[in-house]
Amino acid sequence: MTATPLSLIRNFSIIAHIDHGKSTLADRLIQACGALTAREMKAQVLDSMELEQERGITIKAQTVRLTYPAKDGNTYVLNLMDTPGHVDFAYEVSRSLAACEGSLLVVDASQGVEAQTLANVYQAIDANHEIVPVLNKVDLPAAEPERVRAQIEEVIGIPADDAVEISAKTGLNIPAVLEALVTRLPAPKGDENAPLQALLVDSWYDPYLGVIILVRIMNGRLRRGDKIRMMQMGSVYHVDQVGVFLPKMTPVDDLGPGEMGYINAAIKTVADCNVGDTITLDRAPAPQALAGFKPSIPVVWCGLFPVDADDFEKLRDSLGKLRLNDASFHFEAETSAALGFGFRCGFLGLLHLEIIQERLSREFDLDLIATAPSVVYKMHLTDGTEEMLHNPADMPDIAKIESIEEPWIRATIMVQDDYLGSVLTLCSERRGVQLDLTYVGNRAMAVYKLPLNEVVFDFYDRLKSLTRGYASFDYQMDDYEESDLVKISILVNQEPVDALAFVAHRSVAEKRGRSICAKLKELIPRQLFKIAIQAAIGSRVIARETLGAMSKDVTAKCYGGDISRKRKLLEKQKEGKKRMRQFGKVEIPQSAFLAALKMD
Amino acid sequence: MSEPIALYIHWPFCLAKCPYCDFNSHVRETLPQARFAAALRRELAHEAARLGRRPLGSIFFGGGTPSLMDPQTVADLIADARALFDPLPDLEITLEANPTSVEADKLAAFRQAGVNRVSLGIQALEDDALRLLGRQHSSTQAISALETARGIFERISFDLIYARPHQTMAAWQAELNRALDLVADHLSLYQLTIEPGTRFERLHRQGLIALPEPDLGAALYDATGDIAARHGLIGYEVSNYARPGAESRHNLTYWRYGEYVGIGPGAHGRVRREGLLHATRRHRAPEPWAERVERFGTGETEATVLTSEERAREALLMGLRLREGIDADRFRDMTDRTLSESLDADTVEAAIEAGYLVHWTHGNRAGIAATDEGRLRLDALLGALVL
Repeated sequence: MTATPLSLIRNFSIIAHIDHGKSTLADRLIQACGALTAREMKAQVLDSMELEQERGITIKAQTVRLTYPAKDGNTYVLNLMDTPGHVDFAYEVSRSLAACEGSLLVVDASQGVEAQTLANVYQAIDANHEIVPVLNKVDLPAAEPERVRAQIEEVIGIPADDAVEISAKTGLNIPAVLEALVTRLPAPKGDENAPLQALLVDSWYDPYLGVIILVRIMNGRLRRGDKIRMMQMGSVYHVDQVGVFLPKMTPVDDLGPGEMGYINAAIKTVADCNVGDTITLDRAPAPQALAGFKPSIPVVWCGLFPVDADDFEKLRDSLGKLRLNDASFHFEAETSAALGFGFRCGFLGLLHLEIIQERLSREFDLDLIATAPSVVYKMHLTDGTEEMLHNPADMPDIAKIESIEEPWIRATIMVQDDYLGSVLTLCSERRGVQLDLTYVGNRAMAVYKLPLNEVVFDFYDRLKSLTRGYASFDYQMDDYEESDLVKISILVNQEPVDALAFVAHRSVAEKRGRSICAKLKELIPRQLFKIAIQAAIGSRVIARETLGAMSKDVTAKCYGGDISRKRKLLEKQKEGKKRMRQFGKVEIPQSAFLAALKMD
Repeated sequence: MSEPIALYIHWPFCLAKCPYCDFNSHVRETLPQARFAAALRRELAHEAARLGRRPLGSIFFGGGTPSLMDPQTVADLIADARALFDPLPDLEITLEANPTSVEADKLAAFRQAGVNRVSLGIQALEDDALRLLGRQHSSTQAISALETARGIFERISFDLIYARPHQTMAAWQAELNRALDLVADHLSLYQLTIEPGTRFERLHRQGLIALPEPDLGAALYDATGDIAARHGLIGYEVSNYARPGAESRHNLTYWRYGEYVGIGPGAHGRVRREGLLHATRRHRAPEPWAERVERFGTGETEATVLTSEERAREALLMGLRLREGIDADRFRDMTDRTLSESLDADTVEAAIEAGYLVHWTHGNRAGIAATDEGRLRLDALLGALVL
């Protein structure tokens, strides 16, 4: 394959809210360019993970190289970069966008712009993208292209006069989209003779080939057989294979400026391939790395414990395998008095956490207990040191703490006017500070500064139920600020249950403490003795419930023929008790943990 | 040990299998009377030869439905036992009987055979409940069988099952008061339990029958004790009530963890052989058991020496069912360890504080006992107490 001239390359991504038709449009474009026969064409080619297809979100960036004979008589190479579609992967999205010169902004012609669309489109604007608005689902009766066009101009602030009106489902106007890509997006720039600079966009683990790296060549040329160097990591690899996605992996001899493709270089784990790193040649390195590299830092943490203690090793193996493919998630061994051996895991956000948990149960068949998600607190201790707190159970003694800072986010919520009142109440209950409130037609857009801690608790679910699912929500990390935070311990029969400890703002501590005590009272079966369930800050009890003693458990007969069976039952009961999560003399069944830890 | 032993004889056949019953019972078109009579006598002789001449305190014919036995078989077995062991002068001989008219007619013959105490499986005095429980008799038949028995035996006990599906407190109080007016010196009052492998278990799993909530179950139990006490019957064990002195001596042997010999299909025993307490068991299935007896003299398939720890657990789980509780010295003789070595000290302390357990002393005897409240929660209490 000879190198394609820069003028005949267009690199683009597609920005859309979940369900607005991103994947369907991608499929149509692939089909229209004849990259796959109808028989090969499975719905939603790009979202390959089962989970991605089910949730309609993209977890790993993917790309496909299309060949398009345009009306001007030239045949263009169109590289479609499918970006992760969620805020948790904001950094990954920004690197994908940095690999392209333009974006298609897909908006559902009846639903209009959503909060998530907004965040992504601003990122694309930040990446200097040329943006082509596309109104999808114009064939539906509820479609209001005029209104949505106006909304795009008003809310996003980009011209939408020549938005392409399509139906990705029926294939309506797909050629117009292809033509717009060629005529409206700029060609990439780059110097073939400069030292190699390739942007590491993503990497994943293929069980047969090892790690596959997705790259965009900015300058220079990358050939099979080259010795490459990762500029951030400093590691050096030998390139075994260079190729492009058609969308099937197809080897090529080399990749030049403006091109996208993959490298296979016998790399063991994706942890060695940091998204955003610059790949250069070992023998003739570029003087400078590409701008914008950021290591990924988990912001939400939770403990994962196997329901069956015997599954600990299996959990460790499974986490290791997942990390092969997702370097942005962290895990370290953790021991809990309540839940035994497990792992403290860090995630980019709540969705990321949910995805990992779901993959563990689905792909690795593991039953897990997850503790309540918590954020990372910055602790200033009286001895002048600073500590990042990942686990509420590890909070130092109050006397040793000078002050605590917590992470805040900047959240954008779009919602119908009717529900605005309850959304604003929710935000202020969660200590939110309003930054902006604007209207677009009958939809309001509220921008709030919120403590992340309040969002991981049950914010999503509350927002969904308050607005009957109509609100759309997006956020980006803001800064750390000092806050009046306290650790709330839960004591069952005077024994603290480490897995249930949590951190909250002093103003809501009592309410949260009461609610979890009340919940546990319902969940823990009545015991032989009356027991107290308490929430405490330090040694001060802030909430208390009393679980009455069980009323009866025996009146069955027992004669000479029953002794052996009864004794064996008793012995089995004692054996089972060793595995029960025991506190003092109280048995807390696993199901109670699960339910108590579940946010509601 | 010179304590008298107890003899249990199991008759494995019933006319029909009751849906709640998990006992070793079998239905046959014609009862192999002669074969089983011979096999039971042979096994008894075999066991007696092994044990040597021991004082005999009680004989209990259980089942199955031992009232289906030929009275001559009962007479022969009693005579054999009297000859093979040293019977106490007041040897208690109980036979379980169903209150159908056929079986009531045989009561006199059983008395003649030497039986001196009868235990009637009445189960309920409501016809609807009797049908639900799959019983072969009506409440009228039950009462008439009881009247017949009263003319023949001095010692009568009968069984009732309560805490049945949909049973209210008022209905049970009325039924129990009626039962107590019928005069017996002993009652076994069981709450309905769902046992594995029974038809009720299947129905329960399918949600077709439901037991009362634990709180109602507890209230029914308390009311049962109160009503029985007003009629002069004291709850001396979790589900047994008797006029003082009329307790089942045979069953007390089990609860006091004394020695007992079990004869017949599936029968369990606790017997001392060569100074070691053994748990013994016979083959469960009637015909294979008989075959073994015919070939080897015994249908025994298991004889396990019980460790000190196992004996302690068994003595505890049985002894705490009794109002009188456990005698500390006797416990040590039986189990080769002390009570305090066998119990979790913290739980004992908490259970005493909660009113579930008491320490008692009588003259120079001392021991431990579960209170009414403790007996109501005995399974959980044992789970926490027993080491």
